[in-house]
Amino acid sequence: MKKLLTIALTLSFVLLLGACDTNDNIKLGVIGPLTGDYSMYGVAVANGAKLAAAELNADGGVLGKDVEIIAYDSKGDPTEGVNAYNRLVDKDGVVALVGATFSGVTLAVKELAIADNLPVLTPTATNPDVTLDAPNVFRACYTDSYQGTVAAVFSKNNLEATNAAVLYNSGDAYSEGLADAFVAEFTASGGTVTEYTFSASDDDFSAVLANIAASDAEVVFLPAYVAEVGAILTQADAAGMDIPFVGGDGWDGLEADYAAVAEGMYFGNHYAKSDTAQVVVDFVANYTEEYGEAPNALAALAYDAVYAMAAAMEDAGTTDSTELIAALTDLDYQNAVTGSIKFDENGDPIKAITIIQIVNGEHVVVDKVEGN
Amino acid sequence: MDIDLLIRQLINSLNTGSIYALVAIGYTMVYGIIRLINFAHGEIMMFGAYFAFVIATSLPVELPFFLIVIISMGLAALMGIFSEKIAYKKLRTAPRISALITAIGMSLFLQNFAQLLFGATPKVMPRFITAAPIMIGNTAVSMVTVYTIFMSIIIMVLLTLFVKKTKAGKAMRAVSQDKDAALLMGININRIISLTFAIGSALGALGGIFYSVAYSQVYPTLGVMPGLKAFIAAVFGGIGNIGGAVLGGYTIGFIETMTKGYISSKWADAIVFSVLILVLLFKPSGILGKNVKEKV
Repeated sequence: MKKLLTIALTLSFVLLLGACDTNDNIKLGVIGPLTGDYSMYGVAVANGAKLAAAELNADGGVLGKDVEIIAYDSKGDPTEGVNAYNRLVDKDGVVALVGATFSGVTLAVKELAIADNLPVLTPTATNPDVTLDAPNVFRACYTDSYQGTVAAVFSKNNLEATNAAVLYNSGDAYSEGLADAFVAEFTASGGTVTEYTFSASDDDFSAVLANIAASDAEVVFLPAYVAEVGAILTQADAAGMDIPFVGGDGWDGLEADYAAVAEGMYFGNHYAKSDTAQVVVDFVANYTEEYGEAPNALAALAYDAVYAMAAAMEDAGTTDSTELIAALTDLDYQNAVTGSIKFDENGDPIKAITIIQIVNGEHVVVDKVEGN
Repeated sequence: MDIDLLIRQLINSLNTGSIYALVAIGYTMVYGIIRLINFAHGEIMMFGAYFAFVIATSLPVELPFFLIVIISMGLAALMGIFSEKIAYKKLRTAPRISALITAIGMSLFLQNFAQLLFGATPKVMPRFITAAPIMIGNTAVSMVTVYTIFMSIIIMVLLTLFVKKTKAGKAMRAVSQDKDAALLMGININRIISLTFAIGSALGALGGIFYSVAYSQVYPTLGVMPGLKAFIAAVFGGIGNIGGAVLGGYTIGFIETMTKGYISSKWADAIVFSVLILVLLFKPSGILGKNVKEKV
């Protein structure tokens, strides 16, 4: 009798829990590092996605329904990312995934998503393998190698450099991917490149910077994230180096803490806050009002990804995965904050990179460069 | 070979070496007194840097750098004393491995405590020393480096004088030689142990402040790698020997910087740790360490 009662109670509890989940919203999953060392990236993605959903809902929603963003923490860790993915698919029943934020985590959930035939549009995973052999996986940002290529074109054409140094984190796929592409493009166009490395546990870069300063490099390509870039530029500044540094989208947000040492440096990014296009101006204003700080590129990409996903749903007229994937494949979403979103055969976007110079702590658009 | 570059790298290695030496002294003093490898020492170093960061960024008045350093060192010294009273004192007669595990626990506790207090994101250390770089030949040397090297050397000299010439220093040496005999001679062992922890922690904090000012950031795991390398430096020089810690610190700093400068950053840690293994193979008690005969 007691056993029966237990079973009945458990069942009713499960049913009750299930009942909570059956609202009529269109659910989009977001996975990103919301806590820990890299939380600035994940929080920006979640905020950008939520802002887009709120705007869509205020405008009547998608297919007559409200869009709901469900964001889970990956801590930047693939295992946690897979847990978050399973929770989104099994418990929340999302129709598509806007994520994961990091390449490593996206690669970890990619195979699961292929098996589930779940449409995935990652706003920010730049590793080339993310979209390979996966018809259901798309991305809103350009790839690591494309950024490296553009940086080389920029260094060569705009900065007129023939000798370049590359300083990258040898233990990080993002950093190494950009560095390899830079070296390939710069050498192919007749320049010489010397490669230098550091590792993630390094705090002291003085030895390697001394070598670069003593070489005849006219430009240093530094594909790394803000924390490392900030430390490196500070030490370069303290040592009195005056060679321009060029970076990739990992530099985004650098001016907040390191404006003085980053003065005059260049980096390629998905969009510039100071862009005067109406959609950018509106996005920056709305985001700043909602969250009290200016959006970084990751927030812009997540915002665009949600809009692109909504556009694909309207095109497909349904949230059925197969038809949604077909609609994404043919999508041509103009007027996005980060430039138009249109996918090539792999699911990578075709777009120009905005080259920004940091001047007085502000972003100044120098040029828009295409890699090919 | 480019001579300017060599000078530059030598100065860089003096800078790194000074920091390792300061931190290594803390390891070696504590080991000398109570035969404990205080793995929480790297975290005291990290807290020293955070103390300076908090004092510099949250007080309404702008204090001079020296005052910030002294207050931070004082706070770190208190922290060292308390950690000993809370975690290690009761274990003085316990097997050595228990105290060692407690020290590792203390280290993890302090790391996570810092993460709770300050968050995991690296904080940007204010640039206390903004004076223009001085020129040595064609080489620009930043004032941070100059301060680090000279203040470290001055403090190490003062410490040596303290240990060799003062009564408290004599008591310290006595306790390290034979705790029971020292007690019989009327030395207050608890006070001497507290004093040792205080000095070691204050020097560690100074190392942490220089480290974070030179390399611009403070974060909760800041003490892990430099702490480990300072520990290697202490073992390398002969643990328990202050001169050995200084020698070890500069040697490890030199090897690391030269590897980074002339071989590759990829190899720096591998080579530093290999040196430790080699030294221990040929001279298990370290370069300046004494061979202690085991009594049967």
